[in-house]
Amino acid sequence: MRIRAVILRTLRQFRRDKRTVALMFIAPLLVLTLMNLVFNGSAYVPRIGITEGAADTFGEALTTQNAKVIPYPSDEQAEQALEDNKIDAVVSLQGGKPAVKLEGSDPTASRAVMSVIQNAAASLLPAASPSAAANADGSASASGNGNGNGNVYNGNRNGNRNGNGNPLAQPEISYLHGSGDMSTIDHIGPVLIGFFIFFFVFLIAGVAFLRERTSGTLERLLASPIRRSELVLGYLGGFGLFTLAQALLITWYSIKVLGIVMTGSFGYVLLLTLLLSMTALTLGMLMSAYASNELQMIQFIPIIIVPQLFLSGLFNLDTLPDWLAALRFIMPLYFGAQAMTDVMIRGQGWSGIAADLWSLAGYCVLFTLLNIAALRKHRKI
Amino acid sequence: MNSSLSPVLSASRVSRSFAGKTILSDIDLDIRPAEIFGLLGPSGSGKTTLVKMLAGIDAPTTGQIRLLGTLLPKRSMLQQIGYMAQADALYNELTARENMEFFAALYGLRGKRRSVRIEETAGLVGLSEHLSKKAWQYSGGMKRRLSLAIALLHEPPVLLLDEPTVGIDPVLRRSIWAELRKLTGKGTTVVLTTHVMDEADKCDRLAMIRDGRILAEGSTAELLRQTDTDQIEDAFIKLGGAGQ
Repeated sequence: MRIRAVILRTLRQFRRDKRTVALMFIAPLLVLTLMNLVFNGSAYVPRIGITEGAADTFGEALTTQNAKVIPYPSDEQAEQALEDNKIDAVVSLQGGKPAVKLEGSDPTASRAVMSVIQNAAASLLPAASPSAAANADGSASASGNGNGNGNVYNGNRNGNRNGNGNPLAQPEISYLHGSGDMSTIDHIGPVLIGFFIFFFVFLIAGVAFLRERTSGTLERLLASPIRRSELVLGYLGGFGLFTLAQALLITWYSIKVLGIVMTGSFGYVLLLTLLLSMTALTLGMLMSAYASNELQMIQFIPIIIVPQLFLSGLFNLDTLPDWLAALRFIMPLYFGAQAMTDVMIRGQGWSGIAADLWSLAGYCVLFTLLNIAALRKHRKI
Repeated sequence: MNSSLSPVLSASRVSRSFAGKTILSDIDLDIRPAEIFGLLGPSGSGKTTLVKMLAGIDAPTTGQIRLLGTLLPKRSMLQQIGYMAQADALYNELTARENMEFFAALYGLRGKRRSVRIEETAGLVGLSEHLSKKAWQYSGGMKRRLSLAIALLHEPPVLLLDEPTVGIDPVLRRSIWAELRKLTGKGTTVVLTTHVMDEADKCDRLAMIRDGRILAEGSTAELLRQTDTDQIEDAFIKLGGAGQ
């Protein structure tokens, strides 16, 4: 009865506060759309300058790769173009050997250049090595040429052997989960859906409960015979219904409109987003007890929210020091993001996500109990 | 007043301190059935702290407070109290009616009785025509009146009103006092705080509070006689100065 009254009131407040509703419904869609556009773009095509000396040997091999090749008559001009950031790398001949100089300020461009150069070099390899050998031995006797021929032979024989199951052969590629054309947004999408729901619910629930405290309505509420638990559960119910709608919209939009990879069950995604938002709600309410105004609530974002994003699996955690990576286990978003990825990309069912779900539910229950206890500060009974 | 009746609300040797700072000390009060009891004192005297303890929201550091014979704080006893805080605790984005519906539901009012009580109490404070306005559209005085109406909703036997008439115009103030009188006529006990001396005249009995202590307690006539003054303000000054 009293829980129902709190739920009804919360929903009525939402209905009146159009801006907050817009923030919770429209903002995540906007950011997800932007991210989709940014991360879903086609692979970066590097611009590679090539000097005249290197053009003979390397130019053709490069043009067959996914790169824009710009010839320069002299090393100096190429260097200048690199300086002016017109090109990402210069390929030239230095003392008879090909040399690559990268602009280097953008790792994405550098990786694209290296990939193109390595592929080009690999495509040159069977033909290039004998010619290099021939050049080196160009002034030598007939026996030297014979060596050269022998090398060509060896090269061919190697080529044949490669075709017949040598471990160095071009491998057959298949995917356990996902596919070759999965883009970055597909990988980070499930994490981001969880993150946005967590972030917005944390902030809005925290501010709502903070206002309840600073406006005096909390004290007035606690002068009525409502139980502390009824108040907290009422908040959970009201926000729960509201965020259920939010989760439905965000998930539907991500999957159906943005086309983020989704191989698992929609129901599990909803269950996970709902649990995440309940955890964010209870955590936000709890943190609001330590804020004395809205600005101080915002100050929790870099402390409580951002670290969770970094350790949520958005970035590979294996390279982190152990103690830092271990911090993820105290972060609810990590469990939510793990399970979201498991469902959406790996298509896993209950058994695959149960541990994460229980962890998340555990946090939710823990924060709820802490909230009920924290209200003792305002009313002992 | 029949003083032989057992008190509705009583405080015995109550003190309250926050973080080592004493706000109230050695408070003894007996509030009798169906009287209007005034707590008179300047701001910062500890009135609000005392009211919160009498309302069962806060607990005394030492001493005991009993409501209808039951030791406070006790959650179920909160149903017996109509509380009006000093700050208007209203949800600004909700309409007045929605605010009332919410608090009515917290006190277990439902269905027909709820809507009847909302109409009755709104009429009492002269807000019947403004119930569909949002609370933020209300003036300060209207907010006070809405808070008062909310305190009256569940017909509690004891009303605790913290500065109920601040910002209310004189005509309406008079009608609110008449209404409180009518309520005591039906058996309701009213405890209110005020820092306006002329309101003290209208109370059956008064306690004068300063610096967390009760200076004197009694009816206006008793206090005037005791201090040999003819105005409550003079009595207050005399009682306050006597300790210095």
